[in-house]
Amino acid sequence: MDDVTPTPANSGAWKALSDVWRPRTASLLAPGEVLLAWFEADLDDRLRYASRLVLLTDRRLVAVDDPEAAKQLALSANGAAGNLAPVGGFRQWPHQPTLTLRLKELGGLGTLELFDETGRLAVWRYTPTRNSAAHRLVQRFEGLGETDGDWEAEDAVLACPGCGVPLAPDQTECAACTGVSAAPNVSSLVRLGRFARRHFGMVAVGFVLSVSATAAGLIPTYLTMPLMNDVLIPHQNGEAVNFGVVPWYLAGMAGAAIAAWLLGWGRTYTLAWVAERIAGDLRTAAFAHLQKLSLEFFGGKRTGDLISRLGSDTDRICFFLSVNFLDFAGDILMIVMTAGVLFKLDPALAAFTLLPLPFIGWLVHRVRDRLKRGFQHGGRAWSELTSVLADTIPGVRVVKAFAQERREIERFRRANDHVIHANDRVNATWSFFGPLVTLLTEAGLLVIWAFGVYYIAQNQVNVGMLSVFLLYNLRFYARLDSMSRMVAASQRAAVSAQRVFDILDRVPSVAEPARPVQTGQLQGQIELRNIGFKYGTRTVLKDVNLTIQAGEMIGLVGPSGSGKSTLVNLVCRFYDVSEGSILVDGTDIRSFAIDEYRQHIGVVLQEPFLFYGTIAENIAYGRPNASRAEIIAAAKAARAHEFILRLTDGYDSLVGERGQSLSGGERQRISIARALLIDPVILILDEATSSVDTQTEREIQEALDYLVQGRTTIAIAHRLSTLRRADRLVVLERGRIVEVGQHDELLKGTGAFARLHQAQLEMAHGDASP
Amino acid sequence: MSDDNENSTIATGGGFGLSHDSWGRLVLIDSTGRRHSGVEPVRAFPIADPQHWISICDAEGRELVLVEDLENVPPAVRQVLEDELARREFVPHVRRIIKVSTDVEPSEWEVETDRGPTRFLLNSGDDIRRLSPFSALLIDVHGTRYLIEDTRQLDAHSRRVLELYL
Repeated sequence: MDDVTPTPANSGAWKALSDVWRPRTASLLAPGEVLLAWFEADLDDRLRYASRLVLLTDRRLVAVDDPEAAKQLALSANGAAGNLAPVGGFRQWPHQPTLTLRLKELGGLGTLELFDETGRLAVWRYTPTRNSAAHRLVQRFEGLGETDGDWEAEDAVLACPGCGVPLAPDQTECAACTGVSAAPNVSSLVRLGRFARRHFGMVAVGFVLSVSATAAGLIPTYLTMPLMNDVLIPHQNGEAVNFGVVPWYLAGMAGAAIAAWLLGWGRTYTLAWVAERIAGDLRTAAFAHLQKLSLEFFGGKRTGDLISRLGSDTDRICFFLSVNFLDFAGDILMIVMTAGVLFKLDPALAAFTLLPLPFIGWLVHRVRDRLKRGFQHGGRAWSELTSVLADTIPGVRVVKAFAQERREIERFRRANDHVIHANDRVNATWSFFGPLVTLLTEAGLLVIWAFGVYYIAQNQVNVGMLSVFLLYNLRFYARLDSMSRMVAASQRAAVSAQRVFDILDRVPSVAEPARPVQTGQLQGQIELRNIGFKYGTRTVLKDVNLTIQAGEMIGLVGPSGSGKSTLVNLVCRFYDVSEGSILVDGTDIRSFAIDEYRQHIGVVLQEPFLFYGTIAENIAYGRPNASRAEIIAAAKAARAHEFILRLTDGYDSLVGERGQSLSGGERQRISIARALLIDPVILILDEATSSVDTQTEREIQEALDYLVQGRTTIAIAHRLSTLRRADRLVVLERGRIVEVGQHDELLKGTGAFARLHQAQLEMAHGDASP
Repeated sequence: MSDDNENSTIATGGGFGLSHDSWGRLVLIDSTGRRHSGVEPVRAFPIADPQHWISICDAEGRELVLVEDLENVPPAVRQVLEDELARREFVPHVRRIIKVSTDVEPSEWEVETDRGPTRFLLNSGDDIRRLSPFSALLIDVHGTRYLIEDTRQLDAHSRRVLELYL
């Protein structure tokens, strides 16, 4: 190896090493030494955050404890053997057969220990973010001397620059390193503009109508001035006046008012139409995005919270856009136009009029942040309330059975108090703010009166001008007043929009490949290659290797929590593996488009879920365009046809939330028919028969036996007897495969399966004897 | 839906006969010549596709014959089958809605049907099942069905009432 590649830079592990460590590591490596793996522990001995690097090369294991010291050090080419003492910030251990690395992970803390025959040589501690990297280091350490070529190839394709964890092909970001997606840091209301763009035409029409309506609304007031100055005041002063122009003025005012009414009507309708579309699009987009998110997301979310985000939050946005935003746009226009008119009439007086405006602006700014926090608080409280409902209503049988109605009422009351409290805080803020703006409005009018009287006394303005000013100002401040209410509404909508965008910004953790491989017609051969999976900090599966031939039926057995369901979830790609890979017909399943891949998989779960709809629709759920003949054929094969005929509406009977209530066995047979209809290559039976009685189980079993023919099947069952037909049984214990073999073969042994079987036999006997 | 017929994997009821015995029971003579008395014809898709997929079951509910298309049945047998099916189905067709108490559930409906005027109770709006944009099935508290074939054929008042639910 040395003669071909003298620099470490060509190794895959090297490329993945972060830039911070790279120059320091370079000085440590001897010429020709190849870096095989590295691991960055992120805690020191006393569990404070610190950086500790462990390097695995083809010659030795190096620990860099002090990055600064390491920088200054270079090492001789043939790292002196037996040099175990810490030397200036780094320690090293040349490879020898007695060296062992051991991992412990407990309660969010990982420990990596190095031993030789004399005892412990070193300890590194790390947080769960480094788990995968630690595993990888140990794996490679243990695999020393085996073919290195594989690793190189692996490294070249996949590696997260942050932690060195292998990435799926086409996956650009490491799931372990990227936490929350980086949301664009603009106001969420501005982001709604993306949804408005589609309706640009209508928005433009609405805007033009808005401007014209506002302009038309200003005309009557403007006409007041000539009416006063040219007609009323001269008349009062005893001059001869031409009353012939009065009808014209009045007609002008009436005409402008009617025009303003018609234009306002058009504007309101148009903008409300757009608002409804925007909110609708937002809802659909959020729901569509929600469907793409992996099970992991739903596992960590409460149904009530999601419902409230999609339901009441989008509705609030719609209300804001159609009602408040409209007013707001109108108010702004009105204020700008009025200000323009005022300045044109008399700049000095106009300047006095607008005196309170900056103060109001400052006030708005102060109040806005308070309101925003208040509404965020309120939104969360509201979600809490919905969550109580979403919990309690489906679980009402449990609530009643344990007579816990009172407690649930109490829980609801507490959540409700929370909402009230949150709203009280908001109300306290804006109830103070609103009247304050009114006070400032009055102050503004007072200013005009004062200066107006003074000016008139000085003969600088006439009465007509003053009355126009007063009229305009009334309007002006009325608008300002409504704008102050708008502050609250806009903050409420902004928080709602943020909550919806929270969903939209979530990057699915099961990522679609950028260039998916066509699945074509799959054969159904499944290979689990070294797979591992962690749920949070808990390791659920570890180093699982298994090859399932096309058409083979595998029975998965093992105690609860041994990782059976996780294993099938990984095969379905409900989650992605943390380590290793799953290959179907030799292709990594992460390189298939998710929905195309899942079309080849049929799943029958312990609790069959039927959607609201007819039985025919439920059977055809995976293939909505299936013909009636195919639906009947599937139902017959699943032994469901005859009981369906006994229902009043046959295949047209409604099932689901309401409608015909079916028994567990009947529901299960419908779900088997559903799986049969899509004719999957791979079939997953997750405890398909464990929720029904023995009689029903026999009926279902008949249907299942038909279903598994010619398909690669992975079946999980508690009752070992139901797996008698499996070609091979795989026994899982604590996330590892402990036994693989045929039913009878395993029974003869004394392994885990024989013990499980014995336990079940004893249980059965215990049940039988009184 | 007739284009589905080609890929059907189910034998369509060819050679079989139907008759009534002296007790008024329906008797099926299957292709092997065996007599089954007391059989019941059932539509598999009574709403979506009533003219296809008619199953004839014995007294225990086991299917004896599945007729894919009534058109393929000899006229004499078909007559017996259709008469028998008609006798089993009581679904009045609503012609006019006279009055509905909408403010509280259950709501009381007073309607005129093809079988005469009647009144019934609906538990909730969920008991109105929309079949197509213009047709609906009402299921009352006792499980009786009332069909509204085409809302466009109803008078203005009836349509206004239904608009609330559809």
